Order: sequence, then structure tokens, then C-alpha cells
Amino acid sequence: MVRIQKEDFDPGQELEQISQGLLSVGGIASFLGLVRDMNSQKETIQAMELEYYPGMTERLLQEIENEALERWPLDASLIIHRYGRLLPGDRIVLVATASAHRQAALESCAFLIDWLKTKAPFWKMEIGPESAHWVEAKAEDRAAEAKWKR
Amino acid sequence: MKILYFAWVKQKIGTDKENISLPASIKNTGALIDWLMEKSPAYRETLSNKNVIRIARNQVYCGWEEPVTDTDEIAIFPPVTGG
Repeated sequence: MVRIQKEDFDPGQELEQISQGLLSVGGIASFLGLVRDMNSQKETIQAMELEYYPGMTERLLQEIENEALERWPLDASLIIHRYGRLLPGDRIVLVATASAHRQAALESCAFLIDWLKTKAPFWKMEIGPESAHWVEAKAEDRAAEAKWKR
Repeated sequence: MKILYFAWVKQKIGTDKENISLPASIKNTGALIDWLMEKSPAYRETLSNKNVIRIARNQVYCGWEEPVTDTDEIAIFPPVTGG
């Protein structure tokens, strides 16, 4: 299940619902991404604006999820990604995977967030007290993605 | 042809989308970029370094040799920063 939305979500509720009725599920792994108040260069972030590409973003997120469903024995998976204006402390993204056993759930969850970082068509602008700038794609994210290549 | 721009590409060019009639002489995405660069100094400056921009054709990532047709939707954007 892939959702792209402006509104906030309730992680507790989402985790509860992800495997409702699926009694074969033994473990649910998750990652919750938040807006920090400072970036890697120690500059203050007052707000973040996220842009996305309607049509392509949904398709790519679904492709990423389909790959996880193909590579691991999952009973359910969930990606929720927000867009629009967010403040420090706000939730940006939730990834969750459910499986009979923990290894598939934990690995596929890490895979999904690593791929989201390099493949998901979103663009982030960090707004500081004096200026705003577009976040640049990071080399370490590409390295993290590379470890999942098969 | 519909062309969409995102993030700093959109900001520097000054628009998020435009419709163009693709000249018959333009056969691929690389040639399209070169042609767009001629439109103004802003286009030239924004699109001149292919290492810092990416392109998608009909919502699928592609390279600079991808054939293009007048009915395509092209998007030009920086490397993504989702997640």
C-alpha cells in the first residue's frame, strides 16, 4: 500500500492496521522519518517544503514496494510519504513491513527506506532563518542503495 | 510535448511546465535539452550541466539518448531527495 498525502498520519494507528486480520504475521518492522531542526551542516531548519511529481512518484513508490514484495515473503507493506510544508518534529515518511518472521520484515523495511532515499521523486527545500536552499542528493544514500543490488 | 520542471530547475527557469511543438529535427532527450538551452540565458544556465539534472519520459527515468515524440511528457529535475 502506497500513500502520498499532505496530511499527517498516526503511526500507531497505521501499524495496528497494517496486519489486521492477518494472523500469519509474526513481526512488523517500521521506520518513521521526521523533520530535524538542524541539517548536516549544523544550519538551523525552520521549515521544509517537499515537492513531488504527481503520477511518477506514485508509480515509483509502487515499483519499489513491488520489488520488496517479490524479494521477501511479506504479508503486508506500507509506505506513507507526505509533501507540502513541514516543521521540525513533523512526520515525513512511514515505512512498515509485516512478515511471519523478523528477518524478512527488518530487511525489507531497511531496503524500502534506502531505496526511497535515492529513487522516490520528491525534492526537499530547507528553509532557514535567512535563506532557503534545495537539499542535495547524498553520496552515502547512493552507497546505502547499492548494498541492496542483486 | 509537455515539459515539467521541478525544484531548483523550476525555480531557475521560472516555470513549472510548458507545452511545446517538438521540432522534427529533435530525435532524442539530449537534443531536446540542447534545444531548450537556446531559449534564454536562464535555460542555458539551468540545463548546461547534465551531471546535476535528471530526465524522465512519460514518468519513467531515461538517459540522454532516449528517443522522443511530440506526444511525450518530459520532466526535468535534480537528483531526488525523498524519504
